[in-house]
Amino acid sequence: MFGGIDPGLLIASLMVASVPILFAAVGELVVEKAGVLNLGVEGMMIMGAVTGFITAVQTGSPALGFAGGALGGAVLSLLFAVLTQVMQANQVASGLALTLFGLGLSSLLGQGFVGIKPPLTPDVPFGPLADIPFIGTVLFSHDPLVYLSVLAVAGVWAVLSFTRAGLVLRAVGESHDAAHALGYKVRRIRVLAILFGGAMAGLGGAYVSLVRVPQWTDGITAGAGWIALAIVVFASWKPWRALLGAWLFGGITVLQLNLQAAGSRIPVEYLSMSPYLITILVLVIMSSGRGRAALSAPASLGQNFHAAR
Amino acid sequence: MGWIVLKLEKRPSPSVFWSRATPVLAVALTMVAGGLMFAILGKNPFEAIRTIFWDPLFGEFAWYLRGQLLVKAGPLVLIAIGLSLGFRAGIWNIGAEGQYIMGAICGAAVGLAAYPTESRLIFPAMVIAGALGGWAWAMIPAILKTRFNTNEILVSLMLVYVAQTVLAMASTGFLRNPEGAGFPGSRNFSGYPAAANPELIAGSGLHWGGVAALAAVVAAYVLLQRHILGFQIKLSGQAPRAARFAGVSPQKLTVLCMGIAGALAGLAGLFEVTGPAGQISIDFNVGYGFTAIIVAFLGRLNPVGILLAGLLMALTYIGGEMAATNLGLPSAAIQAFQGMLLFFLLACDLLTNYRVRPVFKEAR
Repeated sequence: MFGGIDPGLLIASLMVASVPILFAAVGELVVEKAGVLNLGVEGMMIMGAVTGFITAVQTGSPALGFAGGALGGAVLSLLFAVLTQVMQANQVASGLALTLFGLGLSSLLGQGFVGIKPPLTPDVPFGPLADIPFIGTVLFSHDPLVYLSVLAVAGVWAVLSFTRAGLVLRAVGESHDAAHALGYKVRRIRVLAILFGGAMAGLGGAYVSLVRVPQWTDGITAGAGWIALAIVVFASWKPWRALLGAWLFGGITVLQLNLQAAGSRIPVEYLSMSPYLITILVLVIMSSGRGRAALSAPASLGQNFHAAR
Repeated sequence: MGWIVLKLEKRPSPSVFWSRATPVLAVALTMVAGGLMFAILGKNPFEAIRTIFWDPLFGEFAWYLRGQLLVKAGPLVLIAIGLSLGFRAGIWNIGAEGQYIMGAICGAAVGLAAYPTESRLIFPAMVIAGALGGWAWAMIPAILKTRFNTNEILVSLMLVYVAQTVLAMASTGFLRNPEGAGFPGSRNFSGYPAAANPELIAGSGLHWGGVAALAAVVAAYVLLQRHILGFQIKLSGQAPRAARFAGVSPQKLTVLCMGIAGALAGLAGLFEVTGPAGQISIDFNVGYGFTAIIVAFLGRLNPVGILLAGLLMALTYIGGEMAATNLGLPSAAIQAFQGMLLFFLLACDLLTNYRVRPVFKEAR
């Protein structure tokens, strides 16, 4: 069944395939750690995908494109922040609104950009290192964003675990009333977390349209944002497990594409629905067993905060 | 020196006036913001708004377009009624689009299996199969939620993508028209009277889906106002702990609400595929399952409100198509417009739950 598929290449391509969901998942993890459930990841990703694509095509610079993608995602997430933190709107409904609006707006913005090739994102030049068999392919032949995604995981882990800012963020997510009583600005911290999550989702989206596909079509993210949300649950809100989860899903995606290309006897439709089915399966495993996922979730997740005084 | 800040005070109970007034306010704000968006796109905002909201009802082609209103509102209302029950109880089924597709496939499969038999029993059998198909698809997230505590939002949504793949399989494989020269898509139901869902009154746009939607509105109204189950649904949403003390089983309620929503979405799919769409094809679904979420909220999760919201949303669909052909407004603009409506609605809800008070603050 695996005949003709080089394991080194497979690992290398699963790392690339997992970058969008990894960025989005790490961003959402921070948002949820601050006690906010933003279901608009899909909308923010696709906004990042279209704004990143437009910026890269107009400027000719992939780096500016990724910055534009992050900005696009952050701007959309600001809408969510205003709705939930200022207007006290329901977080689930606001997140859904964000996704519906993002899907519409992105296809509006991307109208003149269908069928255009974006500028190529070059690999990091590691010189002779990239020629080492297997290790070179797996570790030293990627574009900068692949390394940045792993660095983002490490950074979020370090900040959440070892810094005062991380501690405050977690306090806000566990008990906003207690954090407020201690004098922390609950809503300001949450808005910042939401903006970070939006920027990360936008970055992931830009990676889809600039590297993974690379072109612009409507609905290009195809549910990656929802898978990122599932990965946060899978990861039990721990950054390194999010990396593991993203690589696992990247692996499934790459494997099913390879199987399709290799002319597997399994019908194409079954292969292309497999990432979604496996996501469900993983959610079931992680959530069952005396509510383990529920236990590690931040205690104030999804609840709005309104200071009585 | 000092300044004036706006202070929010939580109301002891939601304001009845504002809960009725916010949808109207949100529509007005959306028209303003939408007009701005159209102006940025280089269109005359007044002309665009008139084309979307006025012309379909009173314009030159109103005689045809008014009928289209019921065609589009039917599925939206039918799905939104089902969703609203769950949303009230705090059960977030957002995969109605998948249940809609599966209902259409199951119902159409029964009809196509009977082809070319002529019998009065075929259409009712298809209706039952459609409802069962949607119900079964909704049971997956419901049972995973009650048995394994899995998040129903994510599972129901993942299943939309799975349903879309099943739809692709159906229209290119097991339901493909054997006389269709290899083109994807099933037989067209308009050529098979026993299984078709035609207009009931010529020119009105009313088909069995519209009738079912009206029946659902009445049933949901009675359920919520007069039945113990409606009380339990409302109680679980507002005070889950109190509901448990009152003996409401959250498991049973989840299964029931998801089941009703799935069955209604499946029905909507079946009526659509046998009527306006005519056949199973890869893209016969146009996102009613997602737009119905906006309809449910815009209607304040209230059956009568949903009926009005469904008609309004249908109007934006038809007006959006008109604006696309007459003014060259991109068709995606209307999707953004609908999303915007939900934003404004959620934002305006602040006025329902909070009192906004200007407070004079001393400078420190």
